[in-house]
Formats: sequence, structure tokens, C-alpha cells
Amino acid sequence: MAFKIKPEELASEINHKPPKVNWIDNPVEFRKGTYNHAAVPDSIEYINQPYPRKWQPYEEDWKLPQDWQKIVMEGLRERINKFRSLKLFMDICVRCGACADKCHFFLGSGDPKNMPVLRAELLRSVYRRDFTLAGKLMGKMVGARELTFPVLKEWFYYFYQCTQCRRCSVFCPYGIDTAEITFIAREIMNLIGVNIDWVMTPVKNSHRTGNHLGIQPHGVLDSIEFAIDDLEERTGIRVEVPLNKKGAEILFVTPSADYFGEPHYFTLLGYFALFHEIGLDYTMSTYASEGGNFGSFVSHELMKVLNAKIYAEAKRLKVKWIIGGECGHMWRVLHQYMDTLNGPADFLEVPVSPITGTRFENAKSTKMIHIAEFTADLIRNNKIKLDPSRNDHWRATYHDSCNPSRGMGLLEEPRYIIKNVMNHFTEMPDNTIREQTFCCGSGAGLGTEENFEMRLRGGFPRANAVDFVHKQNDVNLLLCMCAIDKATLPPLLEYWVPGVEVAGVHEMVGNALIMKGENDRSTDLRGNPTIKKEEI
Amino acid sequence: MGLFFSIVAFFIVALIGYLGYFSPMIFGVVIPYLALAIFLLGIVVRIIKWAKSPVPFRITTTAGQQKTMPWIRRNRFDNPSNAWETIVRMLLEILFFRSLFRNTKASIKDGKKLVYGSEKWLWLFAILFHWSFLIIVLRHFRFFSQPTPNFVSLLQSIDGFFQVGVPIIYITNVAIVVALTYLFLRRVINQKIKYISLSSDYFPLLLIFGIAITGILMRYFFKVDLVQIKELAVGILSFNPVIPEALHPLFSLHLFLVSVLLIYFPMSKLVHMPGIFFSPTRNLANDNREKRHINPWNNEFKMHYHTYEEYEDEFREVMKNVNLPLEKEEK
Repeated sequence: MAFKIKPEELASEINHKPPKVNWIDNPVEFRKGTYNHAAVPDSIEYINQPYPRKWQPYEEDWKLPQDWQKIVMEGLRERINKFRSLKLFMDICVRCGACADKCHFFLGSGDPKNMPVLRAELLRSVYRRDFTLAGKLMGKMVGARELTFPVLKEWFYYFYQCTQCRRCSVFCPYGIDTAEITFIAREIMNLIGVNIDWVMTPVKNSHRTGNHLGIQPHGVLDSIEFAIDDLEERTGIRVEVPLNKKGAEILFVTPSADYFGEPHYFTLLGYFALFHEIGLDYTMSTYASEGGNFGSFVSHELMKVLNAKIYAEAKRLKVKWIIGGECGHMWRVLHQYMDTLNGPADFLEVPVSPITGTRFENAKSTKMIHIAEFTADLIRNNKIKLDPSRNDHWRATYHDSCNPSRGMGLLEEPRYIIKNVMNHFTEMPDNTIREQTFCCGSGAGLGTEENFEMRLRGGFPRANAVDFVHKQNDVNLLLCMCAIDKATLPPLLEYWVPGVEVAGVHEMVGNALIMKGENDRSTDLRGNPTIKKEEI
Repeated sequence: MGLFFSIVAFFIVALIGYLGYFSPMIFGVVIPYLALAIFLLGIVVRIIKWAKSPVPFRITTTAGQQKTMPWIRRNRFDNPSNAWETIVRMLLEILFFRSLFRNTKASIKDGKKLVYGSEKWLWLFAILFHWSFLIIVLRHFRFFSQPTPNFVSLLQSIDGFFQVGVPIIYITNVAIVVALTYLFLRRVINQKIKYISLSSDYFPLLLIFGIAITGILMRYFFKVDLVQIKELAVGILSFNPVIPEALHPLFSLHLFLVSVLLIYFPMSKLVHMPGIFFSPTRNLANDNREKRHINPWNNEFKMHYHTYEEYEDEFREVMKNVNLPLEKEEK
């Protein structure tokens, strides 16, 4: 990555003291490296979203529709009446400041408008002027202001500098959730065609081809066949991966990055090895080839249409229930939105593990369980043989991804798996894991090249915690269960903590898994030599 | 500027209140009635407004292990999975400020290390303030009903536990002044907090501070006619007000500040008091995959999802070439 500033310099210039000038009088400046490019018109047109046009945020003219203020205010009014969350969060903040230093973007940038309270005030100030008595009467005196172009610029800049990680929401005494505010603010901006390409183009792709990367069916098949070959080379076992197979017991849906990205790909090998070994009757789908949902970064409606494919495909293929792979925001959608948006899934059955007989009552309505729940249950019931020493070349720590921790509570399952498939595992400091975990800094559609400086800043708290265990405990591997993490943590760590690699939990499962008829397993799934017993 | 504005506003309010002794009728009866009416009506309207907006999604913030398999120990109250666990979570939040208790303070050491320290001061003074305020309000019931209710006598004896001073000094009187001082100074001194503070943050602190100080002055330093005050209070609450001959200026000030607080309450951030009960990230159980949550306007989403048939129509050729199963053979 071509990023000039040295890590020490970037860290030492972070200043958490706010500037002299009041935030309301301090317009935003689009500095290269800290914002994302606007969506290209083709993508917007394909998914029928308003006002497709060529524009860029750094330009003076955003080519907004004539009556954009009216559209925004009506959009805000509509959402205030549709979401109690929004209305309440606009009304009850007391600005106690508990959230201020909880945001990774504030910690890494020092920009006061990255304090969650001020991020919300950007919208709240406009709300106040039109929707509250005090704001109507006293205006700026009570922090109310008119929606102007500079305000819109601020919205764009800062609502696309929030990764909807919800860390602030854990600390807020009223549970005000900035992710909700950001989500709705982005949805409102989308009404006037103000959005970013790294969200809208993946949405278009996923709508058309079934996955964010825009891979067509034969491409999915290709890459799965490639993975089968690789797995055979490393384990000596040729597995079968059914695609679009009707009548399978289980549909398996995982983020599409797993087929193409690295290090995601090794996690995919891990899944295939595991499913083969336990003889699971499953299928993957080229049509529902995406677990992730970039729609959830910009609009409830787009989230719904992308998510709809999973149930539709489960119905078409006549499976009994669904397993979801390792991903972060995907699980926020599957856990907190899917059933409401696209349920009820009354054509499916309550998930029962065909191997252990465990009935997953916790998913009896959505009929979809997390792969970590499935695997932890297998291990608990001694259904798979594991040799954790095959992971002895790794000294790992675990990064909870934001959404499964704060929008679900998946904390122990991955840890239980890791402790059973590895011998060397260390936790990062308490304030940086579990429900207090720090975002990778690139979630919610912000993982672009053009936004690289902001990603490094946002990822600074996470990297800092990794650095701590890297120095103290020689940690050389950061495990995670999120496709965006797997894509963006490697460059982050390369910058802040060189010498630490990134992997998915099921890659470690695949390494440790003893398979019937396997070769000598002299390498791990990456092709790295494993440490031989004699050498120890 | 917000600070200056709210100090000026407070002094204007205080001056009006002090001069209120000129008109016992207006300041002793009319304004308190008006304030009470605005307060009650305002809160009700506010609650109805919130209640009218639906909760389309169950967006619980989970702060602990979920309920999955029985052998994994779950965190019932930071990640509740049923109604009673959610009630406990809400009680912990409302009575003990559970989330604020987690508060930490981040700082940078040696130019590049982020460290997190425990930061309980805000929690401590916030809880001192809120509990003291509640107890003081409850203690005031001795002015509102004849005879003094039993719970008030009990509260008074607990609150005056140390039996120091004549009249006995209440713990809550000291606590509320200390807590308000901390909360105010924090806004003025802490650069970050000062940066985010608005006039509507300083003003209620000043107002409540004024109420507390005038109350303390009346109890310990300037004796006011308590019999007359009780007569007034009981009269107001029984809708049979007795207009006093004269008001002590300090009492007029105290009562006016309370009236202003009551009027200000429903149209300000102070609605966080009823608001916390409605917070969807806290008051919903994390049982999303177990029970379907209904969004009343779900069918307002008009966009149609891209169906498998449309997908196959576009990709039939390539799918056929690689022998992927098809629903429809090519014509």
C-alpha cells in the first residue's frame, strides 16, 4: 500500500483535545485518504435507486436534485414516524460524553466529530430545528441548525466514517445506538443519490449475480473446484462440494469473499474438510452465494431484497435448515433482521445437528445457525478427532467482530473451538475484546483503497491491542470470524504490527482435523510446513 | 457561548422567582398549577409520540454471551433471552446505571500506546445525583399530605442517619450539591465535554442547583413558615388552594425554579427519564432467532428481490455449460 506516513508519526500526531472553534462553525474538509468515492451511475440505475449521476464528494457541485432539502426533511420525517429508535435517540441524549472515547475513529483520528455524541448531533441539530419547540424558537442557542449544503457534506463525511460497530451503544446509559442513526442517515442521503460506490456496486452485484463480487455461476463453481484441488493436495483427500443440489438437508451460505479472497479461502478449505469428514448432507448455492449484505450499510429496503434470496433458495432447494459461515455484519442481518424482513421460514425445520442430534432451540424461528455453534457442538460431543499440535506454529489471539458480539452475543463458541484446535491462545486486553471489541476500522462499506488513511486510524485501537499480545506473548496470528476483517486486517497489521497474520477460526479447525485416509499432513491448509512431533 | 447564555437565562429566571413574593396569587398558585399541568401533559404527549412510532426491528445491544447450547454459560442480564431477564436488565440500567458503570477512559501513552483505565466518577456522581434527587422529592411528600405518610418519616430518619446538626443534616442534601457541582464543573473543565455541551446541558444543572440551594437555605439558615407552606401545598394538590398572605422571597424563588423545571422538563433532554424505558436496544430480549419479531410496515418495502428464475434466465447458458442443475431447459 502506498501510504507515506510512518506508523510512529501517525500515532504521535493523534490529539484528542478538541479545537477552539465550535463544531457547528467548523465545516468539513475532504482530505484525500479519509473518504470514499461516490457510487457510479450504472450501479445505481441497475438497482433503481434515485438520482444516478457522475459526481465526487470533493467536487464543489454534487449535482443534487433541485429540492434536495425537501426530500431529505421528508425522508427524516417519515423515518421518525417509522422508527421509535430514531425518534427516541434524537430526543433523549444528555451529552454525558460516556461514548466520546469509545469510538475507534475518534481514538485514531482525534477528530471531535467522530465522538459518537457529535456524530449524532450532526443529525440531531437538524432534527431539533424542525421537530422540536425549543429548536424552532431558539435556533442555534439550543444547538439547532438548518440543513444546508455544508451540513450535508458533514453528514456524508462522518456517517461514512462510522462502521456501525455499536461499541458506543454498549456504554451509553440510554442505549443510544449510533449504528442505527448512521444506518438511517445513510438511508436518507440515499434518497438524494448521495452514497458510496463500495456499498452500492456490491449491492448491485449481489442483486444480479447473488454475491458482492459479481461472480457468475460458473465462476463460483470454478473457484470451488479449485479449492477442492487445493484441499486434496494438502490433505490427500478429495471432497465433494454440492452446488445448487435439490433435496440436501442443509443449505450452507457464507460470504462470497470466502471463495476468492485470501486468507478467507483457507477458511473455506476448513469448512469443506469438516463437512466431508462428518459426512454432512449439504449444498451451497450459486444464486444465494453471498451471506454478507451490503444493503444493510445503506438502506433497509436493499437489505431486505438481498437477504430474501437465502430463504427463497432454501425453499427452492427444499433443504431442511441453514448454516451460515464466518461473517460479521452478515450475522447482524441474519440474527436481528432476516426473520422480520423475509420470514416466517415455516417451510424449514428447527435445526437439528444430524451428527450429534442437538436441537438448536435458539434458532427455532429463523432456522439458521452459525457455523461456530455447529462446530462447537460437534467438538463438545466428541464427534470429530482433532490434533491441535498441527497448529503449533501459530500463537493466536482472537478478534471478536463487532456485529456477532454486540448484535448477537456469539462470544464463547469461537473460543471453545479455538481452545480445542490450538495449543497456543492468548486473549487481548479486556477492554478490547468481547462486547468491548474494537472494529477493524473498515466495516460498513468503508474498506476501500481511497479511504486507506482513515482505515488505518480506525483500526489503530485494534492494532494496538494486537501489538500488546504480539510483544508480550509472541502472538503471530489474529483469528477472526468476519469476511471484512479477513480482507482488511492484513494490511492494517502490516502497517501497525508487522509479523502477525490473519486467519479464520475454521482454517484452524481444518488444520487440526484428523481425516480418515489423510496424507501425512506435513503442511497446513496454507501450504506452510507444520511442526513435526519429533522436532518438539 | 452556550454556558454564558444559560447562566444569563438562569439569573433572569431566578430574579423573576425572587420577585415573586410580590404576588402570592400568581407565584404561589397560578404558576405552580400551570407548571404541573404542562409537566404532566408534556410528558404524556411525549410518551404518546414515542409510542406511536413502531419498533420495526429487534435491535437489542448484546453485552454478553448469548443463549445457545445449555453447556455454554450465558450472561442473562447483559444479554437477556426472555422477558424477566430483560426486566432485570432494565432495572439494573434504571436503578444502578449498569451501562455507565462500564465506563472507561482511553488515553495515549508514550506517543503510541492506547491504554484504558477504569472511569467510575461519572457513574458515581450521576448515581448520587439521581438517587438524592429522588429521595428529596419523596421527602417533600410531608408537605403534600396531612398526616405525613409513613414512608416519608422512614426516609427522613434514614436520610438523617448521622444525626448531625440542628435541624438534622440530610445526607442527600449534601450529596446532591456535591454531585451537581461535579457534573457542572466536568462540563466546564473537561475539554471534550465542554466541546459537546449545549446551553440545554448547563441550564438544567443550574436550575436544579438553584432549587437545591434555596431548599437548603430555607431549611438550615432562613426559617420560613412551614405551616403556611404546607397549607399552600396541600391546598394546591387538593384543588382547593389557599392563597397565602405573603410569600417568603426565598420560598417564592424555590417554588418558581421548581415550576420552571417542570415546564422545561418535557421539552428538553430531561425526558431521558421516561425515555430510557422505551430504549429498543435495552428493553428487548435477544431472542431474535427464537421468536419472530413483526414489523408493522414491512409490506411497505416495494422493491422486488431478484428471483432465482430471473437469475437462471440470465445465466442459463453458462450454467448449462458447466453442468449446474437447471430448473428450465433451454428452448
